Formats: sequence, structure tokens, C-alpha cells
Amino acid sequence: MPRGDRQLVMGNMACMRGAIYAGMRFYAGYPITPSTEIAEGCARELPKLGGHFIQMEDEIGSIGAVIGAAVAGSKAMTATSGPGYSLMQENIGYAYMIEAPCVIVNVQRGGPSTGLPTKVSQSDTMQARWGTHGDYTAITVAPSTVTDTFTETVRAFNLAERFRTPVTILMDEVVGHMQEMVSFPEPGECEVFNRTKPTCVPSSYMAYGPSKTCVNPMPSYGEGYRWFATGLTHDAHGFSTDKPEEVVVELDKLRNKITNYEDEICKVRAEYMDDAEIAIVSYGSVSRTALQVVKLAREAGVKVGFVQLQTVWPFPLKQLRELLAKTAHVIVAELNMGQIVGEVERVALGDTKVHSLLRYDGDIFTPMQFLEKIEEVRS
Amino acid sequence: MSIAAKEAGARQESDVVLRYLRPHVKFPNMWCPGCGNGVVATSLIRAIDKLGLDRDNVVLVSGIGCSSRMPVYLDFQALHTTHGRALAFATGVKFSRPDLKVIVITGDGDSLSIGGNHLIHACRRNIDITTILINNYIYGMTGGQISPTTPPGAHATTTPYGSAEKPFEACDLAKGAGATFIARTTVYHTTQMDRLMMEAIQHKGFSLVEVISNCHTYYGRLNRLGQATALLRMFQEKASVQDKGTNMVDDRTKDMIPTGIIHRDSEKTELCDEYQKLIDSLAKGKPA
Amino acid sequence: MSRVSLLEVKIPEDRYEIRLSGSGGQGLVLAAMLLAEAIGADASKSVIQTKSYGPEARGGASKSDVVVSTGEIYYPKALHLDLLLAMTQESLNKYYPDLKAGGTLVIDDTLVSKLPTQDYYGLSFTRIAKEQLKNVMVANVISLGAIAAITNVVGLDALLTAVLARAPRGTEEVNRIAVETGYQEGLALKLKKNPPTN
Repeated sequence: MPRGDRQLVMGNMACMRGAIYAGMRFYAGYPITPSTEIAEGCARELPKLGGHFIQMEDEIGSIGAVIGAAVAGSKAMTATSGPGYSLMQENIGYAYMIEAPCVIVNVQRGGPSTGLPTKVSQSDTMQARWGTHGDYTAITVAPSTVTDTFTETVRAFNLAERFRTPVTILMDEVVGHMQEMVSFPEPGECEVFNRTKPTCVPSSYMAYGPSKTCVNPMPSYGEGYRWFATGLTHDAHGFSTDKPEEVVVELDKLRNKITNYEDEICKVRAEYMDDAEIAIVSYGSVSRTALQVVKLAREAGVKVGFVQLQTVWPFPLKQLRELLAKTAHVIVAELNMGQIVGEVERVALGDTKVHSLLRYDGDIFTPMQFLEKIEEVRS
Repeated sequence: MSIAAKEAGARQESDVVLRYLRPHVKFPNMWCPGCGNGVVATSLIRAIDKLGLDRDNVVLVSGIGCSSRMPVYLDFQALHTTHGRALAFATGVKFSRPDLKVIVITGDGDSLSIGGNHLIHACRRNIDITTILINNYIYGMTGGQISPTTPPGAHATTTPYGSAEKPFEACDLAKGAGATFIARTTVYHTTQMDRLMMEAIQHKGFSLVEVISNCHTYYGRLNRLGQATALLRMFQEKASVQDKGTNMVDDRTKDMIPTGIIHRDSEKTELCDEYQKLIDSLAKGKPA
Repeated sequence: MSRVSLLEVKIPEDRYEIRLSGSGGQGLVLAAMLLAEAIGADASKSVIQTKSYGPEARGGASKSDVVVSTGEIYYPKALHLDLLLAMTQESLNKYYPDLKAGGTLVIDDTLVSKLPTQDYYGLSFTRIAKEQLKNVMVANVISLGAIAAITNVVGLDALLTAVLARAPRGTEEVNRIAVETGYQEGLALKLKKNPPTN
């Protein structure tokens, strides 16, 4: 990234800027701490770009409007926090079902219920995977710095457009509200992916059904295709079906379009892992402190490695299995009562022992908490 | 008019309707024989056809329920969404793409119960969406439970001893919430329905057409009101047709169904227009 | 594995940690942002600002941390304060234990009366704002001016630039005077506390 105009930017603003960079021109949302700055930023910036901002009556309406704008042809986004994310879940499932590309930002705060509105948490990690009812495969990314928030937001839009699916950005209160001096990429510097449009005549267009890439092209409204979208399990034309053979084809396709491309979707950052005896696995704001601690340990001659899940869902099984193959101990650090640790346990093979470092009191881990945990594992 | 001329007219009319039905869909439709939903669907087609709208630019958005299945059969761009949320989705479509003609098809349960919040806020914003609310006083798809419009005392599977609740008046609600074109008709009054649909679609702003319809399968049966024809006869007898102006006589006190244009306000500004003004003024470098 | 205990590891002191604290509505989060911008204008410095506040928009305890380093900043919050600004008694009581030995304590003596130490800088930010500048809203900016004078963490020019860049139209003058007043008061106090020896 060039050292252009350095400015003090809040994580939430970096999210808004990244989304606009990626081509987002429609935002619908409802105020909720600690995500509200994203809505305020969009309200200010989008009309300047000919885009549209609307404050909806609630989060259910917000995600509904976002999906409506998305299928009509826009890159669209909403941002919220735990309670709002819960309200959105039914319509997020609808977006999976009709394969509507859109981005949902969850700036996590403590829960359950109203919980800790102004305090950090990562307790919606599993909700991002299993929040809506039914079987489906979710994509979720998690930034850890202000700069990261910008680039991961661009990546979230690219994934949404590439795979015609909703993508969640799991931020947290610390990442969302911290301000850092950053400079953003110039236009053209980061790849921006736009959805594939059909080139066939409307009469032969199929919004669903078999396709080489598992992802069918998607026209904007008004382009003559008049396709039908429904939340009902549907056939290749989009019309509801309950024929077992057609149901399975549709559900498999929804899964395969993501699981077949995990190499492209899963992004993991690993440092000092070549000879690591202890690995620290983390994501979101926790990764900042984790990296500091790994460096401190290395300076003291202790072989600790760093693994950051930039893609949380689909869980980067393959990468983690390779990275942790020779590691004796893994410490999974997260701001909840233990969510991603279960996934790590599933990939840890052989003699690798998995340990959990948890905090759910509304604050982040201090370096000392990490060091104590490493000592506990070593002894 | 001679019988032959009448038959020719009917043929022509059904040709128009056939032109707008989807080629891929397997008929017959899922509605019960005699259901008013089909009457509303054909009226909507005639209205769109008479207005000469480009069908590629017409978007039908619906929620969940019997009436919400209508976009399955009509060959327009269609979004069959989640229960109660059609207006939220439609708001996203229309606000992001004001060039499209957005029509919401909904029922009394979909729009007044689970989706009540989206309805009042769409009215309040005066966004240029036409909502066709088919009111049959009951939940049909789930098998005959009360809806927010079920009259007091009426029987449903969830009010086996008669309903103790008071109903909503959809048109009054829409007026209070700020909608700028509100009309009521019944599935018996198809000529009036065609005209009201056309007026609603042409109206700039939020328009609501409430169509009183028959669910003889549940509402009719559970309340011993008879079959489809009996319900249609009831609508014929109870409706007062007075769509000459906006000053309708409110004769619901006499157990009547006032039909026609209930409210029209052409002065109030429309949401997409207002936002476009903001975009234009910002482009010129001065905030509105 | 090696036998070095990580509990003995010294966390590098290449950070300067600041906490601005008080009650919601005193503008401390904004003040921390202005301070971070002023410090970060120097491209050789990394700076990160975080905040902690209650669910209410007004009232309740409020604090905002600014961490400055010449290297990369990982853990984003302040743990061992080099500088604590306490604008209320409650915030002083709460955060004084986090102040390092030898750290700088600045308090608003309009609102703070019970001090746990004699080693502090006390100025009447709120009273000065109210009486001299006829605008209680700028107490936070006056405190920034004083911080610039008392510590070396930020220069007066950089601070003025940052404050004026964010000042709402029509308030530039009162904000400029606020920074300068705070700076003069801070300078005088520093001189009084540490008389020049020659």
C-alpha cells in the first residue's frame, strides 16, 4: 500500500470506505452500537456518488432492502451488531437460497440479548456459520486492523459477487471503534470483482441449475430476463419443487459452489509456523495482541507460531491441518466461551493438543494473559 | 352488444391474459377453484397491458401466503420473498432503481400482521410502490387461522369459539401512515378493480388497493357463508360503489363495504424523487 | 522446549500510553481523536486510539486511550499509563492505579478535589472554559493545550492544525484560543513545578 494521504481512520469508517471502493452503492441499515458509524458514513458518502442510503424501520427491513437492491443490480450492504444480526437471520437464509450477492457487517458486542452494547466480543462466530435455519454454507471474513478492515471488506464484496452469496464481515467493537493512521489503496490498486451477467437470450436463461462453476450468471432487473426468485427450494428455473432428486441437486449446488472453491475463499495468515512447537490461533482484534506475544516469545527463544483466520467460514480445514501437523500444542484464543476452538479440535490430528484461551468480560486479552497461557501449556 | 360480440371480446381478453403468463410454469395454479386471487391476477394483467408498461421493467414482489404466489404465474421480473417482508425488499428494489415499476402482491396476514411495520413505513415514506392487498379475512395457506382483518366473532381454526379480537381497517391504517393513493374494491367488481389498479399504478407515490376477496375454503366454510358464488353475492350486496371522488361516505357502520378511491394526495413528495434531488444538488457541489 | 519463563519477559517500552478520562459528554473521545491526529501527523509515529464508554450518549464513565509508538502497535489499548488526564473525581479514582511510577497526572481541579498524590498538574479546565471562553464545551480542547505544554508527546503547531481541521465552522476562533490558553496555563504550571535551575 502506498504511503499516500495518511489519516486517522476508525475501523467502521474503513469498512464503509472499503465497501465504496468495491462498488457498493446501496446501504440499508438500522442504528445499533457499535456499528452505527458505518451507517452514518454511508448516509454522508453514498448520495455524493449517486448511490442510495436508507435507514429502514428495523434490521429485518434493512437486510430485505439490501437483498432487493442486490437482485435489482446494485452492490449492497448493511451493518449491525448482535441483536440486529439475530433479527436478520431469516432473510440472510433467503439470500443464500435465491443466491443474492450482498454483504452483512456484524460489529460484535457482548451478548446474549442486549448484553454489553459497548464492549468487545466474538460471541457471534457460530451465529455467522449457523445463524439462519436449514443447511447451508456460509462465507465469513474477520479483519483485525483498520487497514485490514478496508481490504477484507473489498474481499467480502468480491466473494459475494463471485459466488452469488451473502458474505458476513465479522468485526468486533475494538476493530470497529479503534482509530489508526492509515492510507488506503488508490482506485485500480485492489482487484474488484463484478457479478457475471448472462449473455444468452432471455428464453434460455436459467438463474439456477447446472453450471460449470456452480454459479449461474445473474442479470440486473430490467434487462429482459424476468427471472423468478423464491425462498422455496427450487428447480433450475427457480420455481418451487419438492421432488427429492431436484431438492438434492439444488442443496448440493448451494454447498458445492463454496466448498469446491475453499482454496480461493480461505485466507489464513501464518507467521513463525515452520518450527513452532506452540501455535496461537486467533481471528479479529485478538490477532493483534497474539502476534505481539509470538514475537516476544520468539525473542526469548520460545518457539511459538501465529495463525490468523482471515476467513473464518468456511473453516480453513486444509490450511490449518497442514499448519498444525507438526505442532505439539495449539492455543485457540477468542473472546467468547469457546466457539472456534471446536473447529480447531476437529483439524488437530495425532498428538497435537488443543488449548482454549477465553475471555468474555467485555475486554480484550492483554499480552500478559497470553504469556501466562503459553507458560501453562509449556509446563 | 350481441352474444357473438361479447364472446369475441372475452376471447380477446383471455388472449391478453395468456400473453402475460409464464411459459415454464405448470398449470393449473395452486389456488382453490373459485379463489379470488385469479380474478385479481387477471385484473392486474389487464391494467398493466392497458397502461402499455414495458413488462421487462415491471417487478412483482410478494411475501408468503396464497396471494403471494401470484408472481409465480405472471411473466414479469419476480421476487417471492419471506413472510411479511415484501415491502422491505420492494423498498430496496425501488429505491435503488427508481426506473422500475414495482408492484407488491400481499395478503391480510402478510401485510397487516407479520409485515405491519414494513407497511406503515412504506406508507410513511411515500415511496412509489403499488401494493395490492388481497384481503380474505383469514390465513388460507396454513389452513384457516384468524388474521388481523378477521371480523369480531368470526370463526377460524384458532378461534373455535369466535374471535374476541378487533380487526384492522387496512385503508384507514394506510391513510394514517401517510399513503397517498388508497382504494378498495372486491373481487366481484372487476371493472372497477381494473380501473383502480390502473390509477394506483399510475399514481406517483405509495398506492394501496385493498381487494376484498373470498376464501370459501376456510373463511366461508368455518363461518357457514357458503361457496365462492355465495361470497361473491355477499360482496355484491354489501359493497357501495362510490368511486367518483375522494369524499366517500363511510357507511361501514351499516355493515357495508365502501369501495372506490378512498384517499388521494398528489401534493406530497415521493421518496425517490426527493433523494434524487439530494444526489443532484450534491453533484453540483451544494448540499440541499 | 527452552526453560526461559515467559512470565519474566519484559514487554518492550517503546510505547507511550495516554488515557483521557472523565464522564460522557465532556468530549474526551473527541479530544483523544484530535490528539491522535496531531501526533500521527508525524509520519515516523504509529498511533492508535480506542475508546471505552457506557451505553448512554451522555453521562456515565468515559475514557479514550491513545497509544503512540515508533514501531508497530499490536495490543491497541493502554495498560501502563505514561499520561493520565482525569476530568472527574470518579475517573481519577478509577484509573490512577494504571498510572506508571513517574507517569504524568493531569487533572481538572474544578471537578477533582481528592488527590492520591502530590505529583500532579492541576488546572481548572472547566472553569476556564466557562468563565474565560464562555463555552464549557471547549474544556477538553484546553486540556489538550495543557498536555502539549506539560509533555513532549505533541507539539503546539501540530495540535492547533488538528483541532482547527475538525472545528465546526464558526468555532475555529474559540478552539484556537482554547488550545493556546491551555498551552499557556500548562507552561506556567510546568515552570512553577519545575523552576529553572541555573
